Amino acid sequence: MDLQIRRGEIFALLGPNGAGKTTLIGAVCGLVNPTGGSISAFGLDIRQHWREVRRRIGLVPQELAFDMFDKVIRQVRFSRGMFGCAPDEARIEEVLRSLSLWDKREEPIRKLSGGMKRRVMIAKALAHDPELLFLDEPTAGVDVELRRDMWAQIEALRQRGTTIILTTHYIEEAEEMADRVGVINKGQLLLTDDKSAIMARLGTTEAHFILAAPMQVVPPVLAHYPIVLEDGGQRLVYRGGDGTGKGKREVAELAQDLTRAQIAFTGLETRESTLEQIFVDLVQQRERELAA
Amino acid sequence: MSGRTYNSGLNLRGAFAIFKNELMRAFRTIFGSILSPVITTSLYLIVFGAAMQDRMPGLGGAGYGAFIVPGLLMLTLLSESTSNASFGIYMPKFTGAIYELLSAPVGVAETLIGFVGAAAAKSLILEAIIMGTAALIVDYEVAHPLLALGFIILVSSAFSLFGFILGLWADGFEKLQIIPMLVLTPLTFLGGTFYPISVLPEPWQTVAMANPIVYLVDGLRWTFLGTSDFPIGLSFGITMAFMIACVTVISFIFRTGWRLRE
Repeated sequence: MDLQIRRGEIFALLGPNGAGKTTLIGAVCGLVNPTGGSISAFGLDIRQHWREVRRRIGLVPQELAFDMFDKVIRQVRFSRGMFGCAPDEARIEEVLRSLSLWDKREEPIRKLSGGMKRRVMIAKALAHDPELLFLDEPTAGVDVELRRDMWAQIEALRQRGTTIILTTHYIEEAEEMADRVGVINKGQLLLTDDKSAIMARLGTTEAHFILAAPMQVVPPVLAHYPIVLEDGGQRLVYRGGDGTGKGKREVAELAQDLTRAQIAFTGLETRESTLEQIFVDLVQQRERELAA
Repeated sequence: MSGRTYNSGLNLRGAFAIFKNELMRAFRTIFGSILSPVITTSLYLIVFGAAMQDRMPGLGGAGYGAFIVPGLLMLTLLSESTSNASFGIYMPKFTGAIYELLSAPVGVAETLIGFVGAAAAKSLILEAIIMGTAALIVDYEVAHPLLALGFIILVSSAFSLFGFILGLWADGFEKLQIIPMLVLTPLTFLGGTFYPISVLPEPWQTVAMANPIVYLVDGLRWTFLGTSDFPIGLSFGITMAFMIACVTVISFIFRTGWRLRE
């Protein structure tokens, strides 16, 4: 695996369960002993300069893990102290307010809802103002509303200049937030690129025209389109384009050409490929290659 | 943010944060951490001190109550130091909160100052309370107060280190309890807490000398009564050797990540 992260970006590491996402994060953060290779952060080797590097990194693990009986504010102060920062009540208040935890600061953590507990995890990770923040499955098991809320929080962090590496198997999450995406499976990095570049390169559009009367062959006037007849000639199916909108444009032109050629259709269904399809295709393709 | 400077030396704030967090945890559970051992020790003093006051020979002129005070202090010191430290490091392992310790800029030194220091400090607080309570129940004096304090600090540190190793080793609550309950407490009871080793008939007197706790109880008893079965230097030496062995094991654990890192 060879992976470089740019300062200030949100990098999403996608992969199925057991792909190695958490292990990779653990290796950077000191939770896992790497068996080989080297890892640098801020230009420093993490083994040699572990103290300095760790002061600048924050981690929000997947599991809710803290002293449930302690109060919110004490746990956040504890995290700040453990990372070597001087007490700063104003900063603690700022962090808690940004995560809507200020009113809950004196509550024992065990009394908070699941979503609030997850926010406490983020508050603890932010207490020492990390320059690089790892979010391991930040929205795993949270409801849609809270997920949107979390995304807004993460975007706010990026606005402050924090570099964010998040792992997720919610493709929607990567699609919504990430600047760049890496796809990992079985410890191998399958792909790393800008999200928009991946969509452009691997994205497709699929359009199904439901024809008023079945056709036997594609008329020559439409032969330059990537189309086929399916369902006994009752459907004209377009599969083409890329993730830049080319597919949508071609489908619109195809609709006009069908009208001009007096080929009537009674319905139209279009589908843009998502990052999820690209991801699934990539993983399946790699598994087929390995099996071969 | 990138313009910040970072100190790459010892993270004393981190060590203090752990220390404070551990002490706060003890005060949150004041009954189990403090009141329970104080009450138990007081009951030993009342029951054994009163019941056997006139039946125990060879106490070097001390009353039986005064004789058992150092033994009971050692009993509490060993069990509490061990369990405080083992519980302190085991709980984050159990809840998963250990991730924060492993990802923070704290090494073996800060971790030991934090966890072991807090466990030892809790034991010292407990010892002070027990000594105060004991003074209400029996008459006793401390012949060498500074040496008593030094010895208590040494033993509490050594057994907090030992407890820390237990906490790292344990992968379940049962293992956490097994050494204190099945090894430490019996050895302490058999180590002269309630009687001088010199009153045992042979071969039990020789057998008892293989029990390292004997030298700890005897050492503390010397600082209180001024008399002992063994030289005080031997008690200090054994405790120091045990402490160095524990530090060596912990350094190895942190270097290899055994039971800490995947």
